[in-house]
Amino acid sequence: MGTEESSNGNPQEMWQLEYNKAKLRDIPFETMSGVPVDPVYGDDLFPGQYPYTRGIYPSMYRSRLWTMRMFAGFGTAEDTNLRFKELLRNGGTGLSTAFDMPTLMGRDSDSEWSLGEVGRAGVAIDTLSDMEDLFADIDLSKVSTSMTINGPAATLLAMYVAVAEQNNVAPDELAGTIQNDILKEYQAQKEYIYPPRPSMRIITDMVKYTTNEMPKWHPISISGYHIREAGSTAAQELAFTLANGFAYVEAAIAAGQNVDDFGRRLSFFFNSHSDFFEEIGKFRAARRIWARWMKERYGATDERAMFCRFHTQTAGVSLTAQQPEINIARVGIQALAAALGGTQSLHTDSFDEALALPTEDAARIALRTQQIVAHETGVANVADPLGGAPYVEWMTDEMERQAEAIFAHLEEIGDGSILEGTFAGIENGYFVGEIADAAYRFEREVNAGRRIIVGVNDFTEGDNPEDRNLLRIGAETEEYQLKRLEDIKSQRNQDQVDAALRVIAEVASDATRNLMPAIIDAVKTYATEEEISAAMESVFGTYVERAIV
Amino acid sequence: MSDQQYRVILAKLGLDGHDRGIKVVARILRDAGMEVIYLGLRQTTGSIIAAAEEEDADAIGLSMHNAGHLTLGPKMTASLNDARLDIPLIIGGIVPDEDIEELLESGVAAVLGPGASAEEVVSTVRDAISARDET
Repeated sequence: MGTEESSNGNPQEMWQLEYNKAKLRDIPFETMSGVPVDPVYGDDLFPGQYPYTRGIYPSMYRSRLWTMRMFAGFGTAEDTNLRFKELLRNGGTGLSTAFDMPTLMGRDSDSEWSLGEVGRAGVAIDTLSDMEDLFADIDLSKVSTSMTINGPAATLLAMYVAVAEQNNVAPDELAGTIQNDILKEYQAQKEYIYPPRPSMRIITDMVKYTTNEMPKWHPISISGYHIREAGSTAAQELAFTLANGFAYVEAAIAAGQNVDDFGRRLSFFFNSHSDFFEEIGKFRAARRIWARWMKERYGATDERAMFCRFHTQTAGVSLTAQQPEINIARVGIQALAAALGGTQSLHTDSFDEALALPTEDAARIALRTQQIVAHETGVANVADPLGGAPYVEWMTDEMERQAEAIFAHLEEIGDGSILEGTFAGIENGYFVGEIADAAYRFEREVNAGRRIIVGVNDFTEGDNPEDRNLLRIGAETEEYQLKRLEDIKSQRNQDQVDAALRVIAEVASDATRNLMPAIIDAVKTYATEEEISAAMESVFGTYVERAIV
Repeated sequence: MSDQQYRVILAKLGLDGHDRGIKVVARILRDAGMEVIYLGLRQTTGSIIAAAEEEDADAIGLSMHNAGHLTLGPKMTASLNDARLDIPLIIGGIVPDEDIEELLESGVAAVLGPGASAEEVVSTVRDAISARDET
């Protein structure tokens, strides 16, 4: 079904056949008052049917709710390990790892760049030993793990594979996602190490490795989240993200990969902001555009390679430092938009995140917020419940129209190639300029009072700064981590480390070889993250952004 | 001194890559008539001092979103003292209220938190420069 554009039969009958095969959750699909409801309403396009505007699965949340994947990470690996176990006990169903800034930038805790940043905004990982502690007493064959890392993603993936191997879990049993979306780093988040082209080579190697060895792993999570947080509009988030996706597809095809083989393992990550219908239109348009381009332009034939599967996180940037408790309401509304938009997994932000990393209580409230959406509101009973509403359909079309205009611009500056257009847009400042313009326009509207942010420029009474209970990461984390790193360096076999690093540099200079096996061998010698980054830098160089405002 | 002559260095010190706020601040100060020199990401205390000397800066603004302010703020003021530069340092970003006092005691001239209006941004920079000029 699906890929035939429903031309060979009645779409409803075809959908019904598929729906009947689905295994459903054992709950009554009826309203709170006991009124039975259908799995979907409308009569032309159905969920699970190309171009999947109404959802990628015929039964959507009736079969399986979205994964409640809460992002966590702070302090040492042991600290985060305790938080992971707490989230699993509380009904979380996937792990999501936040790394500290040095780790994200390929630096060790003892680098001069790392001063004041160790363990602050995520967990500090220097060597395999930290990764062993991070996942201690967690069965990696049973959980799915998401790792939010980009520049040094290959090293962190290698460490994950090595920890699993120590626990007799083979790579093909590992389920999860590594963000590994380097293009949006140059555009928005700025956590790059190497220049764009060598970075694409590393990613292509990782895609090849995971395609062959890790069939349950998603090697790239193409992320609009950070583009939006950096200030883009909803349509720019949609367009830049999907264009980055097209760029990875073009790079993989150029490297000889089959579009169906890797296409079905790509996934996406979007922001859910406060403009309710704009967000829902964006999610619906994302599925439709991705399916069309994958099928019509890149020749995918496997419908799973046309699915825009996505994770969603509520908009951190929408959280206010003033009256932070009211952020719980913002997060609830944004979570509802994500569910109505058909997300596959969801992180709900904690109300205190405009002030600091979340406390355990705040993280629990955030998880409870999406549990309310899932279990109390009834929205999970019916697929795409807003589909067919004139405003929602118009907004979906409008998002698609704006995105297509941006794709046309990228094709133009890339001489017909989205990949080259994306490189060109990074080099000429197109992406950062567009994002900065949109961010400034928004701030001016808020500043002029044309846009109300509750608690910030109106309704400001009731803020009690003295009542706040914030998570503090003390300097002891940094001291502890430095000592730990020093111990590892003194205990490991330096000759093995040096040899493994030499191999990485050799493989890096030969584009026909895959970097992943060399990096896995290196992490097993307890080579540090920064040593591995430096070995690759010696061949690839580094990237420095032109500072423009 | 009028705003037109004020020269303000803006930079991200260290690894933190959150640059939405500082770019907005750069445009706000420019719109207010100041000259803004944005150094960009991944600056060091050394690169900021070199730029401040070369540009004859009247103020330095750093943006911090990764909870490193209590380490990096005092490190920057110490470097300014070592270089005998009497230039007010303003820190903006995610700084909990309870940390502001400590930053001010370490020599930071002012702290701008989330939600500061354009007027507050401009007046904070202007006041920090006039306070220095009066001493």
